[in-house]
Amino acid sequence: MATTEILKTTNLQKSFSGIIAAEDINISVKEGEIIGIIGANGAGKTVFVNMITGYLKPTSGSIEFNGKNITGIKPREATHIGVCRSFQVSQVFMSMTVKQNLMIAMSLSKKSGSALLDPIDDDILSKECDKILKQYNIIKQKDLVVSTLSQGMRKLLDIAMAVVGNPKILLLDEPTSGVSVEEKFGIMDIVISALKESGTTVLFVEHDMEIVERYVDRVMAFYQGQIICDAPPKQALKDKKVIQYVLG
Amino acid sequence: MFKGILKEQTIQVGIGFVFIVVLLGTFILPEWMSNNFMYGLSRGLAVLGLMILWRTNLVSFGHALYYGFGAYAVAIAQKYLGVTDVFLRILIAIAAAGLLGFVLGFILRRYREIFFAMLSLAFSMVLYGLLAKAEFLGSTDGMSISPSTMFGFELGRFGLFYFIGFVVILSLIFAHAYLRSSLGHLTTAIMDNEIRVEYLGYSVEKAIHIKYVISACLAGGAGGLMAAALGQVDPDSMVLWSVSGELVFVTIMAGLGNILAPFVGAIFFEFIRTYAYEFAPQAWQMIIGGTLLAIIFFLPGGLWSLFQKINPFKKEKK
Repeated sequence: MATTEILKTTNLQKSFSGIIAAEDINISVKEGEIIGIIGANGAGKTVFVNMITGYLKPTSGSIEFNGKNITGIKPREATHIGVCRSFQVSQVFMSMTVKQNLMIAMSLSKKSGSALLDPIDDDILSKECDKILKQYNIIKQKDLVVSTLSQGMRKLLDIAMAVVGNPKILLLDEPTSGVSVEEKFGIMDIVISALKESGTTVLFVEHDMEIVERYVDRVMAFYQGQIICDAPPKQALKDKKVIQYVLG
Repeated sequence: MFKGILKEQTIQVGIGFVFIVVLLGTFILPEWMSNNFMYGLSRGLAVLGLMILWRTNLVSFGHALYYGFGAYAVAIAQKYLGVTDVFLRILIAIAAAGLLGFVLGFILRRYREIFFAMLSLAFSMVLYGLLAKAEFLGSTDGMSISPSTMFGFELGRFGLFYFIGFVVILSLIFAHAYLRSSLGHLTTAIMDNEIRVEYLGYSVEKAIHIKYVISACLAGGAGGLMAAALGQVDPDSMVLWSVSGELVFVTIMAGLGNILAPFVGAIFFEFIRTYAYEFAPQAWQMIIGGTLLAIIFFLPGGLWSLFQKINPFKKEKK
């Protein structure tokens, strides 16, 4: 595994009208790591993800990505530098087909300027799109309108749309929430193998400890807006504080 | 951008439709009926602009701002620069409306839903107020427009009709090329999910701004053509809120299903209005209102949904 630091936060804090949602978050993430973020509801996990990806501006502290300060960056700027994300509730284009969703994501990531005025459905992009749909096991649903899909399928599409931008770091917010027990491991197998193949650094928020144990290199446990444990999964899941405040 | 566009079914049908309308209007139908076709085609351009915005869930209650601005640009260019050439007139109308749309777009792109609609209306009423007070522009009496020329020769009514048909075909090609592009697909994407568009790396405000300028150019072009066709511009018939209302009315009546729908809807509207006024001069607005209600209840997808049920290109939405 490479040892280059890709993401670093220093004394990161976020408060809403005086209520602290996250404080003193100091982390260092190395390239290629897969990190699980755990914690009870309201522990600050999503706030943390939102700050890294530019959805929320930190109240104080700093975020460095590849040595560059990106604190308070806009979402689209985050995407441009390679910080991408998926969402707790899938953020996809519900009235379009699966393929149209991915085609839009791909053309926006690969084209710029006047090339965006070219027809969206060119052959090369279409073939590449089919390849990704196959990789994420949603090729059979490619012509279905997204609103007719199961939560699991939407999650996969949401993640696939984030991945086509070739992120250097990908933050997945509860990739298996709302997904049936039977689908969970299937989805994670597909996603993690695809991301490992591309060497993408992954931080994912998860409530299911089986998934955390199976897929991550390292666990960050959140409680009341702070990180109470940052260790490999076997060690973290036996930690007294984690057992008391997270696993309950 | 335009690669293979003439092979697309929508464009082929569109060109055929415009040819039929122009032929009917110039050779077969009586003048009063032919006028309805000519005005319908011209006004359809503005409705096409509204439709493009509408597909992003942005409804402008003040699009007469650009329609009127384009028309007045033609009148002002004639009065102060002596421009009567029809190509120059339409270019001036489009450029003037596009420039205004570009400037106002910086404000409007930040608003959605009712705020966007009412802010558009507010801007159009400001222009109405200015024109109504501006004596050098004829105040409420407006200004007359001399017959259009082409390469120094007077165009005549038929010539103008052909020119309008030509402009409509160019607009259809441009609108279709835009809507089938990556940028055009953002039209629906933004309506569905702005957050995702931002996280795909594109600025939603920028995409809306581009769309808004395109829409303004189309409305300005419509105003320019109408000015040339009517030979007169005045604030009441070009910029008043009721003109914007008519454009919204026709957009709902036509439906959003295809870029041809605005032209079908606009021509249908001209006929409904003419007949309603002919048969019930005291209650023609009631007939028009009743028609809209009937369409909303029985054809919620607009007139175009009727075509989709009976024609072979029903699945195509461009």
